Amino acid sequence: MDTVKLTAKEVPELYLEAEHITPDVFAGKSNQEIGDLSVHMGNQTYKLSDYFTVEGKAGAIAAETKIVIAGDVSKVKYIGMKMTAGEVEVLGNADMYVGAWMAGGKLLVKGSVDSFAGIAMTGGELIIEGNAKNYIGAAYRGDWRGMQGGKIVVKGNVGSDVGSNINGGTIDIGGNADVHLATHADGGTIIVRGVAKGRVGGQMVKGDIYCLGGVERMMPSYKYDHTEEIELDGKKMNFQVYFGDLGERHGKKKGEIIYGKIYIATGVSETTSAKVTPRSEKKVHLSDLQTNQLASALKEMKEPSVQEVRTYIFDNFGVDMKPSQVSRLISSLKR
Amino acid sequence: MSKTITDVVCPFCGTLCDDLIVTTDDDGKKILGVDNACAIGAEKFVHSSDHSHRVTRPRKMQEDGSFKEITYEEAIEHTATILAKAKKPLMYGWSSTSCEADSVGHEIAELCGGIVDNTAAVCHGTTLIAVQNVGIPSCTLGEVKNRADRIIFWGCNPAHAHPRHMSRYSIFPRGYFTGKGAKQRKIIVVDPRPTDTSTLADVHLQVEQGYDYELLQALRAAIRGEPLVGDVIAGVPKETVYEAAEILKSGRFGVIFFGMGVTQSLGKDHNIDAAICLTKDLNDYTKFSIVAMRGHFNVTGSGQVLGWQFGFPYAVDLSRGFARYNPGETGAIEVLKRQEADAVFVLGSDPGAHFPMRCVKEIARLPSVAIDPHITPTTEICDVHVPVAFVGVEVGGNCYRMDNVPIEARKVVEPPEGMMSDYQFLSAVLDRVKELKAN
Ligand code: SF4
Repeated sequence: MDTVKLTAKEVPELYLEAEHITPDVFAGKSNQEIGDLSVHMGNQTYKLSDYFTVEGKAGAIAAETKIVIAGDVSKVKYIGMKMTAGEVEVLGNADMYVGAWMAGGKLLVKGSVDSFAGIAMTGGELIIEGNAKNYIGAAYRGDWRGMQGGKIVVKGNVGSDVGSNINGGTIDIGGNADVHLATHADGGTIIVRGVAKGRVGGQMVKGDIYCLGGVERMMPSYKYDHTEEIELDGKKMNFQVYFGDLGERHGKKKGEIIYGKIYIATGVSETTSAKVTPRSEKKVHLSDLQTNQLASALKEMKEPSVQEVRTYIFDNFGVDMKPSQVSRLISSLKR
Repeated sequence: MSKTITDVVCPFCGTLCDDLIVTTDDDGKKILGVDNACAIGAEKFVHSSDHSHRVTRPRKMQEDGSFKEITYEEAIEHTATILAKAKKPLMYGWSSTSCEADSVGHEIAELCGGIVDNTAAVCHGTTLIAVQNVGIPSCTLGEVKNRADRIIFWGCNPAHAHPRHMSRYSIFPRGYFTGKGAKQRKIIVVDPRPTDTSTLADVHLQVEQGYDYELLQALRAAIRGEPLVGDVIAGVPKETVYEAAEILKSGRFGVIFFGMGVTQSLGKDHNIDAAICLTKDLNDYTKFSIVAMRGHFNVTGSGQVLGWQFGFPYAVDLSRGFARYNPGETGAIEVLKRQEADAVFVLGSDPGAHFPMRCVKEIARLPSVAIDPHITPTTEICDVHVPVAFVGVEVGGNCYRMDNVPIEARKVVEPPEGMMSDYQFLSAVLDRVKELKAN
């Protein structure tokens, strides 16, 4: 296998769209040709070599090409998009759409990635050693086919909407998962080793979700069915199996209804009870001390606009107030 | 003597009432009275015809933060230059103007390779995502008036936000098949708080804040006759959920109206997705529809125009020369937060008051223009503020009601001397951008 090494020269001013960074495009090209490939920033087109140095050598075909990306590419989108073979290794963080529509090969990101990694993936292996944001292995907007094959491993935590519309393949999450895991799932397997935040398997028709750290709050439309011993990572474990989502239509096979299944490791916190976790408790009030500071600052500002006061509050106290609140606050302080 | 104009369209909320009667003085300059409108609608007319507090010429921000008057020509030049120079301009707003103006604005965005987003970004954009995922069985408000006998208000409070909605369409009117009016209708309100709308309800489901999705899925399971887990579902007793399911199934024609209480609380598009699926399920037993309670009078129209021009209703990224759409990446808030844009153009909206502070600071940092008849938190932080005539009061234009019915708004009075409409302003900017891009 031949290796091409890309090193980012500088962090782009806006975000760079680099869908050509895949073994499929690089294969059979000279370094000069690789450097001449296009990258996009907003409505401008640049050369890959404007932002990266290209070293090493590409293989004759994709399967014999490995791309190693060094330097800061945290503002680069679409790395490894639609790759079918070969390898890509990102040494740091990457932005959105890493391995999107990926069909084969192996993509390793040592750092973290933003949203939409591995969307609508059909094959291959995508490994993220850090955290990943939302919509990992999900469907593209409006599509009903999410991840259909292959494997995604995220060692850290993931955001919301992971695996929505998944109908094949495996997503293995080392940490916690935010809400809306596997919405509309129609197959596939998801393993969450940490805690799943809730709304797991909403509108799921078919598929398996393993929650090793429990679910913060189960959907009311899932029913407990039985306990089952299952082997996972070579270890036998007991799981409580829930069937659902009962709000959805389910198909039948040999006279039996096929449900989506959530497996919750036995022994983790009880899950069906309605534990109330206030979610949107944002701090919107100032303490007395802060109010006093604001009052004296207002005197110095001389007739400040609402926007100026809002900025002052945000900068000094980290509180994001609505303009209407701010204007009420100002008039109350004036009195 | 005074003049009376009938069948005037109210350019305030998405109900787009079209039966207003406006009285003006003889020269059609000043509005003396507005009949039939609700308090907010009437106030918009009266307020706009009082020219004393209005800015009538474009203003440019000076170094020290004060504003200096400039001519419309200078404003056009400024706008065209920043848009033509930018690598990824963000053009946001579009909801308080006419469809004609929208279409010209979008043409500018296409030429400049920008991002076009409308106020759906902070209200019903999530609805549009859900509609794209699962479709929408909808109807017009006329059908609601004439047929509906089951009404659900989910996460909305029309008593305050759409004051005439209930009397014109949803609760009180006597229609063709609903001759007994309110007596014939059963009302369900889903809201965590008691509101003025919920006092009119037969059943008030006081859902636990942020658990609409759970309740919707439970309702769907209940309609199928499935067992529900737990005695209290998302804050609502299980029996009440079954009771509500029975009420819905037993009607002849039902409608779900939903507002920002569900579109912007936890789950967002998923809530609407489930609500639409609930509507679909109910069609197995009776006839059901679902309608979004849109806010701005023409936010629906903005989505329509974007739809026919580029195929997507909001958050359209044209930077690569073709239309892409992915809320979460190309929406105005994300773009500002992630610092993806390098110029900002705002028309007919007030992100300064509604966006998170980080986004507001980003608008202030970038080259920016705000087009708005009023002085707003947004115009205060933009480099140039261009005042324009009020659409629906001082200029006519096409608008879409919340149920996607187009209604032609009318002009009732003259704008202040020499003031441009947004259509005229945008057309002039478009011409100038074409010149700049040609070189
Ligand atoms: S309900 Fe809405 S459209 Fe009707 S008069 Fe009131 S503000 Fe205007």
